[in-house]
Amino acid sequence: MGAAIRAEGLMKSFGDIRALDGVDLAVPEGAVLGLLGPNGAGKSTAVRVLTTLLRPDAGSAQIAGVDVLRHPNRVRSLIGLCGQYAAVDEYLTGRENLQMVGELYQMRARDAKTRARELLEWFDLAEAADRPAKTYSGGMRRRLDLAAALVAQPPVIFLDEPTTGLDPRTRLALWELIETLAAEGTTLLLTTQYLEEADRLAHDIAVVDHGRVIARGSADDLKARIGGERVEVVVHERELIGAAVAVLTPYGEGRAGVEQHTRRITVPVSGGARVLADVIRELDRRNILIDDIGLRRPTLDDVFLSLTGHAAEETDPGKDA
Amino acid sequence: MAIVTSKVAGHAPGQPRGGVVQMARDSWVVARRNLRRMTRIPEIVVFGLMQPVMFVLLFSYVMGGAIKVPGGGYREFLMAGIFTQTVAFAVEGASAGIADDMTKGLVDRFRSLPMARSAVLAGRTLADVVQSAFILLVLAMVALLVGWRVHQGILKALSAFLLLLLLGYAFSWIGALIGLSLRSPEAATSAGLIWLFPLTFLSNAFVPVNTMPGWLQAIAYWNPFSATVQACRKLFGNPGVDGAHAWPMQHPVAASTLWSLLILALFSWLSVRKYRNAVG
Repeated sequence: MGAAIRAEGLMKSFGDIRALDGVDLAVPEGAVLGLLGPNGAGKSTAVRVLTTLLRPDAGSAQIAGVDVLRHPNRVRSLIGLCGQYAAVDEYLTGRENLQMVGELYQMRARDAKTRARELLEWFDLAEAADRPAKTYSGGMRRRLDLAAALVAQPPVIFLDEPTTGLDPRTRLALWELIETLAAEGTTLLLTTQYLEEADRLAHDIAVVDHGRVIARGSADDLKARIGGERVEVVVHERELIGAAVAVLTPYGEGRAGVEQHTRRITVPVSGGARVLADVIRELDRRNILIDDIGLRRPTLDDVFLSLTGHAAEETDPGKDA
Repeated sequence: MAIVTSKVAGHAPGQPRGGVVQMARDSWVVARRNLRRMTRIPEIVVFGLMQPVMFVLLFSYVMGGAIKVPGGGYREFLMAGIFTQTVAFAVEGASAGIADDMTKGLVDRFRSLPMARSAVLAGRTLADVVQSAFILLVLAMVALLVGWRVHQGILKALSAFLLLLLLGYAFSWIGALIGLSLRSPEAATSAGLIWLFPLTFLSNAFVPVNTMPGWLQAIAYWNPFSATVQACRKLFGNPGVDGAHAWPMQHPVAASTLWSLLILALFSWLSVRKYRNAVG
């Protein structure tokens, strides 16, 4: 007990594609789990199974102890869904959308109305409340979408790529909202392609690839596993790559990676800005002309490179199943 | 104030009550949503009207002169056919609408809610009936203007319109299944329309059936469409009631009702089953 979300051995295939290949998850009540992985890794399929939208081929899942396969309708009143696969009706106003969702959560019409008003204020949509949602900006739509997931005050909320396609400022605003939710004790399961997002919002991260959870732990655990920062150098001409690698190697914690066509050299380091300064001095001393240099924090690509040996983009580019 | 905790008291997220009451309520909530959409996209209703009105005018004034109908004028003969064709075109609205909801992710939103499984489709088809009723009303007025009349009293005329709406309701469930199966709204629009033309033309809607070759006559007489058209002509007291011995022509009201109920039962069952298993 105590797990708000539990999944065991979830399997799902679409034809030849194995979208879920034995996924186990356990999210304690009040925790935030980030499912991190590239497109097509199986994140969304997992969410679809947990939110009763899709029957798995094998495995079991419970939300707050209620079996997803045996009592889907009871599960539906315990969850809220937001993101990629949930939407708002663009021809209805924000208020009408929320009221409709409330009534379909089996709230009384009056309660649905009150709840819609509360949420519209909370999400800073009160002024736009009576405009059709299609007049909303991308950020406003996401907020409305998130509000719809919260109408019935569900104890468990699924956020499927909640900030994909948003500009940085809007993303930041949405993060703050999600942080508030988490602080209030809602159990959240969040899927994302951005390490930064999982890092900021999730207590625990499960890295998903090819339908399997290949690593789990806190953001710090993962970062420790993949090493910290990297120095990245772009040299001015290809002829300089060899010389630059020679400069970088003594500072590296591992082998330097080279991308010939972009003239980019990357090497994991520890020591941060001091190392960077040393590297710059050394390159300068040897007259190696550079176009760009910087310290880079680990990205999803780095997580994947270190965990799977392949970059995130190289994984099956099939549909985001 | 917290986002999660609301002032709204006394509802732990409502336990779905299940049963017919919840189904009716949920269907009404979805129907109201679709009706609101129709008022916000009036183009859909306007174009829904333009086609039958155009048919009335084209057939009446361009082709009408060439088609002879026993016992009366072609314009009076034509209207039952146009009315029936118009309600059948509700297929297109339902298929495009449901496909649109699928691609926009609304169907997933609905499927994640503790609502009756049939309500999304029932709400759509109910809204379609309301729209069909409105279009029929306007169309009837246009028909009156070009000389169409009812000769059997208002009650029989109203029961003809009820038969029409029942057929339209049954047909919009066909549309629901098409919409669920195709998903792209464009494909669903075409797929919703393409088979309607042969269906409506291989019937008594626009020409007397006895002008067709024999094998085609058999098809036309048993076409569900023809039963409704024949029933309407009879109830309106319009010319062209076919004297053929085929059972649906002899008992058109019963035949029309039975056809509609049969289509309704079959396609609502298929559609709801498809909806439950819909995979996005």
